[in-house]
Amino acid sequence: MNTGRAAAAILRKEIRAELRGRELLNTTFIFALVVVVLFSFAFEPTVAESRRFGPGLLWIDLLFAGSLMLQPSFAREHANDTLDALCLAPVSGFAILLGKMLANFVFLAACEVLLLPVFSVFYNVSLAPVMGKLVVVMALGTIGLVVTGTVFSAIAAQARMRELLLPLLLLPVLVPLLLAAVEATAGLLADTPEFSRTWLEILVSFDVVFFTASWLLADYLLQE
Amino acid sequence: MKSGLVNAIVVGGLMGVAGYAALFIAPDESTMHAIQRIFYFHAPSGMVALIAFTVVFVANIAYLGARKPKWDWLAVSAAEVGIAFNTVVLITGPIWAHPVWGIWWTWDARLTSTLILWLLYVSLLILRNLISDPERRSVFTAIYGIFLFLDVPLVYFSIRIWRTQHPQPVIFGGQNSGLDPTMKKVFWFCWIVLVALMVVLIRMRYQLESARHEVEEVRRELEEAVQEGEVVAGN
Repeated sequence: MNTGRAAAAILRKEIRAELRGRELLNTTFIFALVVVVLFSFAFEPTVAESRRFGPGLLWIDLLFAGSLMLQPSFAREHANDTLDALCLAPVSGFAILLGKMLANFVFLAACEVLLLPVFSVFYNVSLAPVMGKLVVVMALGTIGLVVTGTVFSAIAAQARMRELLLPLLLLPVLVPLLLAAVEATAGLLADTPEFSRTWLEILVSFDVVFFTASWLLADYLLQE
Repeated sequence: MKSGLVNAIVVGGLMGVAGYAALFIAPDESTMHAIQRIFYFHAPSGMVALIAFTVVFVANIAYLGARKPKWDWLAVSAAEVGIAFNTVVLITGPIWAHPVWGIWWTWDARLTSTLILWLLYVSLLILRNLISDPERRSVFTAIYGIFLFLDVPLVYFSIRIWRTQHPQPVIFGGQNSGLDPTMKKVFWFCWIVLVALMVVLIRMRYQLESARHEVEEVRRELEEAVQEGEVVAGN
């Protein structure tokens, strides 16, 4: 079976498992919503301030929600030893990893689709005029978050304190992604919208570097 | 073990000479005076930390390729020594900044990158402590270590661009521009001494890890022998 078809099969399995209970999606979305609300209590921003802090808040929220959402990705397999069964399948480690990444991307993107309108209303920013460009920035940021997060989820699943460990492993590595995504989003939401090339380049570099590394290291990651 | 002691004494002596050179041989800096002399240990420590983290990266790749425990020992030794040097940078920086800039800390590009570097490698050690099985520990810390090292240039670039786009709270230019020749000599001498110190520390830490591994092996053999003994006694 080639990598693409194997990854698609894993993606279908993940989505089917998720649709049975929608546990992951519901929990992650409500968590992200709680954080948005708590931020407004903590900072009580005026209209001008919410414009200024909005992009940072949005991405911090997504990073936190993502680092919690990605945790069960491998830990769930660990509980019933299903990862061993998955690894016995005659497909490459990368196919399994890619399938998981795609599934996590779909889940996180679904949360973002639900979260963005709420964010737009609470923080008085109109997203419609820059929607196309915003989707590009959100997609690039989400890819980087999901790629590193899925790999680190497999690493954290091997350790004690895994729930606490994944955010610790993930958040410092995501510093370049956070900076680039926040600055690119802030550029789009400014009074005179600006589509920053530099920050997009950083986002693309982040995605390419870590996707390539995941591809090269997938077999080491999953053969244990 | 004896050569280790000799090395330690030699490097200890050189450290003394470097301290003397930084305090008395290097000329006085015209605006900052004495406090500037911390620079002879501050900047080389930062460079040495980067060398140590490069060693971690090379050892991580070598471990995944060869699966020899010695590469894992080298990786953990270099990571710990790198963090030690990185900590020196983070402590000497504010000591210098407070009298010169009037503040302990600012979110300047270099300060921020150094702090992120410290956080990254501390999480590597935390991960290592939380995986019990020795072989899994080595494999998974090696993979994480490779990801960390790939992140370092991205961190440096993104923070640099981020800082140049924002107003800087502190203006400070020309760190190395037009350095006095004697200052330069003292600086590179301190750098060489600190690299030697790094090598000695990594070596000592490596021997400790290797001894620890040996103890673990002996203990496992002993446990197996005891279990077999019980089986025999039960029969």
